[in-house]
Formats: sequence, structure tokens, C-alpha cells
Amino acid sequence: MSVSDWLLFLLVRSLSLASLPGSIPFSSLQVQPQPDAKMCDQTFLAITFGPCDSCGLNKPLMNIYLKNEPINYCSLCVELMACQGLATGETIHTLKAESESLKTKLEEERAKLHDVELHQVAEKVEALGQFVMKTRRTLKGHGNKVLCMDWCRDKRRIVSSSQDGKVIVWDAYTTNKEHAVTMPCTWVMACAYAPSGCAVACGGLDNKCSVYPLSLDKNENLSAKKKSVAMHTNYLSSCSFTNSDMQILTSSGDGTCALWDVESGQLLQSFHGHSADVLSLNLAPSETGNTFVSGGCDKKANVWDMRSGQNVQSFETHESDINSVKYYPSGDAFATGSDDATCRLYDLRADREVAIYSKESIIFGASSVDFSLSGRLLFAGYNDYTINVWDVLKGTRVAILFGHENRVSTVRVSPDGTAFCSGSWDNTLRSHSQVGCSSGKWWRWRLNGS
Amino acid sequence: MSNNSAGGLVSLQKNVKQLRFEAGIRRIKVSQAAADLKTFCLQNAHKDPLLMGVPSSDNPFRPPKSCALF
Repeated sequence: MSVSDWLLFLLVRSLSLASLPGSIPFSSLQVQPQPDAKMCDQTFLAITFGPCDSCGLNKPLMNIYLKNEPINYCSLCVELMACQGLATGETIHTLKAESESLKTKLEEERAKLHDVELHQVAEKVEALGQFVMKTRRTLKGHGNKVLCMDWCRDKRRIVSSSQDGKVIVWDAYTTNKEHAVTMPCTWVMACAYAPSGCAVACGGLDNKCSVYPLSLDKNENLSAKKKSVAMHTNYLSSCSFTNSDMQILTSSGDGTCALWDVESGQLLQSFHGHSADVLSLNLAPSETGNTFVSGGCDKKANVWDMRSGQNVQSFETHESDINSVKYYPSGDAFATGSDDATCRLYDLRADREVAIYSKESIIFGASSVDFSLSGRLLFAGYNDYTINVWDVLKGTRVAILFGHENRVSTVRVSPDGTAFCSGSWDNTLRSHSQVGCSSGKWWRWRLNGS
Repeated sequence: MSNNSAGGLVSLQKNVKQLRFEAGIRRIKVSQAAADLKTFCLQNAHKDPLLMGVPSSDNPFRPPKSCALF
């Protein structure tokens, strides 16, 4: 046999070996030195090596979820399990075809109801006059970028977290720092105030969400009472208490959201559906509401039912990562801010995007969005160091706020709507409010040049 | 997406299930949804301090005066 024949023989042999079930082409095999499985980002195909939960053989494993429990099956067992679940006649081809036809059908259904644009409906609404906002307080004290902040329900206190690992509780009226906690990790990307005002939750690169009860005793070391609640397999991007101090909702870079019981640290419900990091979540405003919306790097915004874990609606019109999601005050819509430099409004009952807030001159991504109390104004913080204020109904920009010296990472309106606070990579937080007018009538408040 | 057929099958099934669910939800017309959004805005506009501004005496964030706040 000649050399070329021998090479051909080897090539054919390796190809036929590769097509056997259970064997993986060498390029995608990652053999870990330890036998225990390591969870990787859900964005990458997770391939670890070890004993299969089903057949027990040492093989390359796939990390999948059955009924919200993570399990490790070898690829052969996954195939067998999937085939058992197939209805007669279902193959990959029929499933793909059905998937495509369902997607087109969804688009058609949504398009059918798209009879008018939001700004057309709002044409008759009186335009907002010239807007003047003033920075009232600057909170200085963080040693590094401010990543996240939250208001307390007493409308006065703020908790903020930063890249240097510090979480600080401020009094926004006096700018005094009331508490400070040093986290064991840097990049504390999420923080939240408990509804009672007695605790704060925070987390970040440590993959955990920890709850710190706040004590009135200034000398007490808050880290001593720390309670680890959530455990993810990647960074914590956002956390929020539900209506009580007892439950926390978290979202993570591992692509999942989860609901936890604070007291026991138990996982109550997990939410799978994003195919990349989840960057932000927001709970529906109503007292009885049990849905929340999440947005992630897969450009999707998903609405979830908290009790069943079911993804009830999904929206994918953004062109880049969704950094922030926020419900409209009535709970019927939500806004998103994205790296594609636009903010969009999605209506839940019409099941589609109803407005885009963008300008050709805005080319930097929006990192954070929030509504004013009535929902007429949308405040959005951008990576070009500005905050743009949009008229939600008309789709136009009514004001730009300058002042920060680095990108704005978080924007939150206070619970009573009198002010909003912005945190930035310039290590400061600033609270802003409207330049007041003496009368309360809103149509008279059109400032002529002043 | 994955190029491994086993993982692909499971995720395709999940996809189809999810799409079937989403196709079945009830929707209303954008004109009605937009009208409701507009009504909510207008009804609550007078209660919105950031929209209307509050008189300086009530604004907790006004510049601190010479007398102590508390």
C-alpha cells in the first residue's frame, strides 16, 4: 500500500469512528484532570468527563436539567432519553420544520394586531415643556466604580455596591453613610434593599447572593451576621426581594434566574430559558402579581410566572445584549435598555414591541432604565456618561443630563417619585430632581428659557 | 447552538414546546394597548413629582437652608 493510500485509510477510519454514538471529535473534547464535573457557562456547550448518572460508564458528559435538577448524562443516554420522549413520527427534521413554522406563525399573529404606533395614539397628548433637572446631592465615598444601587421604601435611604467590594448604605438627604460592608469579592454587581428596610442583599463575582441584616448599632460588624442565600455557577448579575423579606429573586451569568427562601437558603424555583448570561430582572409592580421579566445577552427579554417557572412570553427585537429591564408602573408593559444604543417598550397584552427610543446621535449602549411614577418619563443611563430622559408616549427625548465623568451604570427613581439617583463608574452617586414650580398645575410648568 | 445531535434534540423539543405555548396566548390590538398606556399616564400625571415638579418648600432635596433640617 502506498503512503497516500495509508493516509486515506487512516482518514476514513477516524471519520467512521467519529460517527459512532458516544464518541466525540477530538476538537471538542476537554478532559478534566479531576473526575468531578465542573459546570461551565451555559453559553458554551458544557462537556465534562466522568461517570454518567444513567449508565455509570466514564464518558464525556452533558450537563442538562430534568425537572429543574441538574444531572449529568453521557450523550448516548441523552439520545435514548430524548427518543423516548418523541411522539411517533417526530424526528429532528420534523421538529425543526415545526419550530420554523411556529416562529413564522407567531410573527404573523403579532403583525396582525399591529394596527397603529404608540406615538400616533399619543399625538393629541400635550407635549412636555422644556425640562430642567438639577443634581441635588452627590454621594462620594466609594473607592471604585459604582455598579448598582437601590432605594429603601422609606424613600430616603440608598444602598449602593461597587467594584471595590464595598456595599454602603447612605442617607440620601444628608449624604451620610450609615453602614458599610466589605464583601469578600470584588465587582459587587447586584444589591437590593429589603422591603422592611432591615436588611440588604448583595452579590457579584462570588456567585452568591448574601443577605446582611442592618443593625442600629453602628459598631456592630455586619459581616458577622451575613447569610448566604443564593448559589449560582456564575456571577450574580441582579437580585431583588419579592414583596417580603423572606424571598429573593436572582439572575446570573450562568443563564438562569432563581427564587430562594432567605431563611433556609433553599431554592424554591428556577427559571431556564435564556441561552446566555441574564443581566437584569424586575418584578411586576402589583401586590398580587407573580411575574417578573428578565433580559440577557441572548438579546431576549423573557416574562416568567414565578410559581410555575414557566416562560410565558418572550421578546427578541433588540440587536445586542439587554442590560436592563423595568416594568411600566401599571404592569402592562416593560422597557429595556440595550447595548445597541436603543431603549424599547414592549406591551405584554399586545405581545409586541410598541416603541423604540433612539436617536442617530446616540451610539453608546444604555446600561440602566427606570420609569417615573406616572410612566410618562423614561430615564436611561448610557455609557457615554449621560442620562437621557424620554417621553414614553411620544417617543421623543425631553432632556439630557450631564455631570457624571464616566459611564452611568445604574439609574433608579425613588419610591415616592420625587427624585432619581444615578450611579456611575466615576465612583459617585448623584440624586436629581425637577426644578420645582410654585403652582401644581402641570400645563403651566413650561419654563421659557430659564 | 450545539452541534452535538443529542443535545440538539432535547433543546429542539423544548423550543417547539415553548413556541407552541407562546403561539396560543391571547393578544389584543396595539391601538387598545397603546390607548390604555396613554390613559394610565394621563391619569397619574398630576401625582408625578418628576413630571410636574414639587414646590420648593416640599422638596426634600432642595439646597439646605441655614436652619438645620432636623
